Parts: sequence; structure tokens; C-alpha cells
Amino acid sequence: MKKLSFHPCGNFRESYAQELTIFETWFGRVSMGVFLILLFGFAPFVLDRYFLYILNNIGILAIAAIGLNILIGYTGQISLGHGAFFGVGAYAGAILATRFGLPFYICIGAAGFITAMIGMIFGIPSGRLKGLYLTIATLAGQFIIEYVLIQWESLTKGTMGITLPEPGILGFTIAGDKSFFFVIFTCLVCMTWFAVNIMRSKYGRAFIAIRDNDRAAEGMGIPIFKYKLLSFAISSFYAGFAGALWAYYMVSITTEPFNLGLSVEFIAMVIIGGMGNIPGAIFGATFITILNELLRFATGELMNIGWVAGMGLNMAPLREFVFGLAIVLFILLEPKGLAELWRIVRSSFRLWPFSY
Amino acid sequence: MDFFLQLLVNGVCIGLLYGISAMGFVMIFKASSVLNFAHGELLALGAFFFLSLVTWGKIPVAAAFLLTLVGCFLLGFVIEKFFLRPLIGEKLIFVIMLTVGLASMFKGMILLIWGGNLHTYPEFLPSALELQLGTIYIAPVYSATLIISVIFLVLFGLFFKKSSQGIFMRSVADNQKAALSLGVHVRRVFALSWAIAAMVACMSGIVLGIINGVNVHDLSAIGLKVFPVVILGGLDSIGGAIIGGIIIGLLETFTGGYLSPSLRDVVPYMVLVILLMVKPYGLFGLVEIERV
Repeated sequence: MKKLSFHPCGNFRESYAQELTIFETWFGRVSMGVFLILLFGFAPFVLDRYFLYILNNIGILAIAAIGLNILIGYTGQISLGHGAFFGVGAYAGAILATRFGLPFYICIGAAGFITAMIGMIFGIPSGRLKGLYLTIATLAGQFIIEYVLIQWESLTKGTMGITLPEPGILGFTIAGDKSFFFVIFTCLVCMTWFAVNIMRSKYGRAFIAIRDNDRAAEGMGIPIFKYKLLSFAISSFYAGFAGALWAYYMVSITTEPFNLGLSVEFIAMVIIGGMGNIPGAIFGATFITILNELLRFATGELMNIGWVAGMGLNMAPLREFVFGLAIVLFILLEPKGLAELWRIVRSSFRLWPFSY
Repeated sequence: MDFFLQLLVNGVCIGLLYGISAMGFVMIFKASSVLNFAHGELLALGAFFFLSLVTWGKIPVAAAFLLTLVGCFLLGFVIEKFFLRPLIGEKLIFVIMLTVGLASMFKGMILLIWGGNLHTYPEFLPSALELQLGTIYIAPVYSATLIISVIFLVLFGLFFKKSSQGIFMRSVADNQKAALSLGVHVRRVFALSWAIAAMVACMSGIVLGIINGVNVHDLSAIGLKVFPVVILGGLDSIGGAIIGGIIIGLLETFTGGYLSPSLRDVVPYMVLVILLMVKPYGLFGLVEIERV
């Protein structure tokens, strides 16, 4: 099929292939390629360690956020347990690596599959429950997983934490931010590619049908329960995969970070980025990570200003406040998230100077 | 046997606390079907208002209590007006995440103003409320809780059954469109129910503060503990919230007493998952017949 040079000014699609295509114009394809070349060719060599660290965190969180977006944005099932699944993946990876001495690339994949199994167990309530009730069930899942991670000391070493060995692929050891950058972003690109393509397949269409109207979907012969479970499994696979990567990147893990706050952050990424939009999840992860870093920087600076410190105020909670404010403002002002803003910016270029 | 009885009494007392903490939550859900994740922070706000009025403002306790109630009533209006009203008819996840965002905003605000330390109220309960039944001791705060929760239950029962506003609220909860076409001012009902719920929440926050001391982290944790309670009782039944609270309270104290203290905080959620699978609408909730 011939690629267009420019977007048409309306919907003139004639075949399903046109509907399903990812890049409508060659310009989109080329700019994506240029972006990837810049990302892999320049970013790790130009940026200093701190920025690479932030980029790596964004990459890992984006993988998990894509998973959650498949569940929330495409299938319409709200999960408050994604942070715990991330933790399950981290622990699964760490235990496989330390107890069984499995290599890096097997560990992260296996961690993903183990988490997918556990995600399916917590997805079972979705067979009977909808909306609010499912949300509460996943909230309970979050607390139960957290409890198990802390209390099952023979396996997880409880609050002591686990230290992971240095990962290696094909004889190369991966150490330091730069080499992790390549691993993490290769994974991110593959996982994004996989997610985008799954949404174009029969499965993705079934997920969207369930989201839009589950009764109609069932009427059209989609086995709802099976697809809901599948969606839980895929989303937990992403969470577990990202968790295992994170465990390797952080070198040592404890149960502390995988709390309800992390689950909320993941949902915030999905909402701020844009629900039902794969690149949106990446935008959301970027936004939240950068916001976190900026706030950490700002509170650190504020503590050093004489009169603020003199007032005896503790600025650390400022982070919590601004985080909440960002979620609230996005929901009230731009519920479709950053992806929608990006679309508006692009189309205003495209439509210039005749915007109607 | 004594141990068992003491656990029983403690469980009922803690359960009553959960019950009254859950009442405000149930009211919001009943009128506007919003699952309020900021409930714990509302409890904390009420408790801290009262704390500031009593210890810093040196206002007499009764007046401070009334002032706090009025303040929270207004706060409820403000929350509904600015945050929840634009979302009427929006998707569930936006409403849930909005309350999550509000929770984190309130928590940050409270931490900024009052800090994260444990504060306590000055003693003001009469010691006549202290009860000693044989070997079992009931602290005055618990008997005060019992009295307050019974008073509020009766008041709300009367409000929902007899007053016109209460009947409007029930009608909106039952069927929004039908209520609208019969001339009920739905927006006013939403605003009013948030205001009343915030008031109830702050009242429960004060009671919790008298018993455990005032601390943001504890109070917001109780806000999450409300979920098993209300699911057990049925999301839309105020009486059910009290009974659910007592059941969860008993469950917690018995697990803590006989099995292991660390399991104590998780047991309610385990019961919650099982219950959701078996009887999703709770013991006293309205069963919506819908196949999933």
C-alpha cells in the first residue's frame, strides 16, 4: 500500500489495512526512526549519569505503565494492585537469580510469567465483579501481596532484602547506567511494539469491546471472563517484567517500595498520559518521574533557604501535595491526558493556517 | 475465658469505631455512588481542626466541637462543588482517581501544617463513663464512643426516614433520573450529602483522635480499613456499616489475640476477597441483579 506524504483532512479510509496501519504517513515512520536513532546513538553518550539514571527509571516504569494501560485503558478493569505485581516481579527475578542462579534474560522473562500467573489469580474476581467492587478486590490483593512479601521470610528474606548478582548477556556483564540504558530501552521498544500490535489483533479488539460494553461483547460471542483474565495476565506480565528489570537495576531490593503509593503512581501515569493510548503510558511515566525528581530538587532547595527552614516547616510533604494536585488537575482539565495534548499540538501544525 | 471476654469487648469497641468511621463513607456512596478514597484524610482533617481549636485556640470543648462540625460541613460543600461536580457522568476511574488525588493533597496539606507527629487531646471526658464489669474493663472513651455512635445512628435513621431532604437523598440514590423528573434538586442533594458526610467523618475523626491520639498516617490507614467494613455491611447500608465494623473489629482482635499480631491487619482484606467472590453485595446491601 502506498504511504501518504501528509495526513488527509478527513477520514478517507477504504480498507481495513488502512484502518489498522500504525504510521499513516512516511513522515511519522521516518520521525520515529530518527527519534530511535537519536535515543540510542546519542542519549547514553551525551547525558551524564544522573540524567541517564532518570531515563532508565522512566524506561522501566513505562513498561509497567503500558501493562496497566492495557488493563485499565483498553479493557476497562481498574486495578489498584499494580504496584504489588511490580513487587512480585522484582522478587521473582531476585529469587530466581540468587537461589537458582539463572541467567539474566531467563530471569526477567520467567519473572514476567510468574507475575502473570499471580495476576490471573487476582483477576478471578473480575468474573463476578465489576467496577467499584473489582477495584476494592484488587485493593485487597495489594495488601495481601504486600503482607506475603514481608512475612514469607524463608523465601523473600522479609525486611532484610535481597541483593542481586551482576547481570550478563552473552558474556558481557551489564553494569553501570550506560549499559543498563541499552538493555532497558531495547526492552521498552520491544514491549511497546508488542503492545501496539496486540491491540491491532483479535485480542485487542475483544478487550476494547469489553471495555465499551461488556454485555454487547458477550452477545457477540466474546468469552468475557477468558479475555478479562488474559488482560490481567498480560498486564501483570508487563508489571513483573519491569519489576525484575528494576530489581537488577537497583541491585538490592526490599519490600518497602511496592506499596499502595506505587500502585497509585502507576494509575496516575496511565491517567496523566492518556487512557487507551500506548504512547500515552510512556508520556505518563516520563511526566511522573520528572515531576518526582523536580519536587525532590525543589524541596531540597527550599529547605536550604533561610526563612523557610527558620519557620520550622517541613517541606517534604509538598511532594505529596503537588502529586495529588497534578492528578486532580489532569482529571478536571484534560482527562484524555498528555497524549491528547500531543495530538492537539501536532494537528495544529498540520492544519495551519486553516484550522477549520 | 477472661482473655476471650476481654478480646470480645475490645473487638466490639474497635468495631464500633470502624463502624462510625464508615458511616460518612456510606453516606457519600449512597447519594452519589462515589467511592471516596479520601475518607481517611477527611477523618484526619476533622481531628486536626478540633485539635487546633482546643489546644491552640483555647476554645471550650463543646464550642470547638460544634465549630469543627460546621467547618467540615462547609468543607464538604467545597469539595463537592469544585472537584466532584465536574465529574458527574464521567467514567468510574476518573472519579476514583480524583478522590485518590484529593487524598494525597489533603495528606500533604495536613503534614505541612501539623507535621507527622502524634498529637493528643487534653483530657475532657467525665470519669463517670468508666465501666468495670467484673474482670472486664471498658475505658471511658469506648463508652463515650458507644453513646455517640448510637446517638448518630438514631439521628441518621430519623433523618433518612422522616425529613424531606433525607427522603430526597434516598430517592437520588435509588434512581437519579426518576428523582430528577419528580422535581428533586439532584445537585443540591449531592452537595448536601457531601457536606453531611464530611461532618460525620470529622466527628468520627475526633472520636478516633480521643482514643488513639491524632496522627495523619494512622487516620488515613483507617480510611482504607473502611473498605472491608462497608463491603461486609453492604456499600449502601448505614446500619450494615456498624455491624460490618463490629465483625471486622472482632475478627481483628481475635486474630491478633490467638493467631498472630502481624496477621491482624491483613485478615480483613482476606475476608474481603472471599466475601466479594461469594456475596458481592454484602450482608445488608442492595442486590443489583446484573450478570457480568
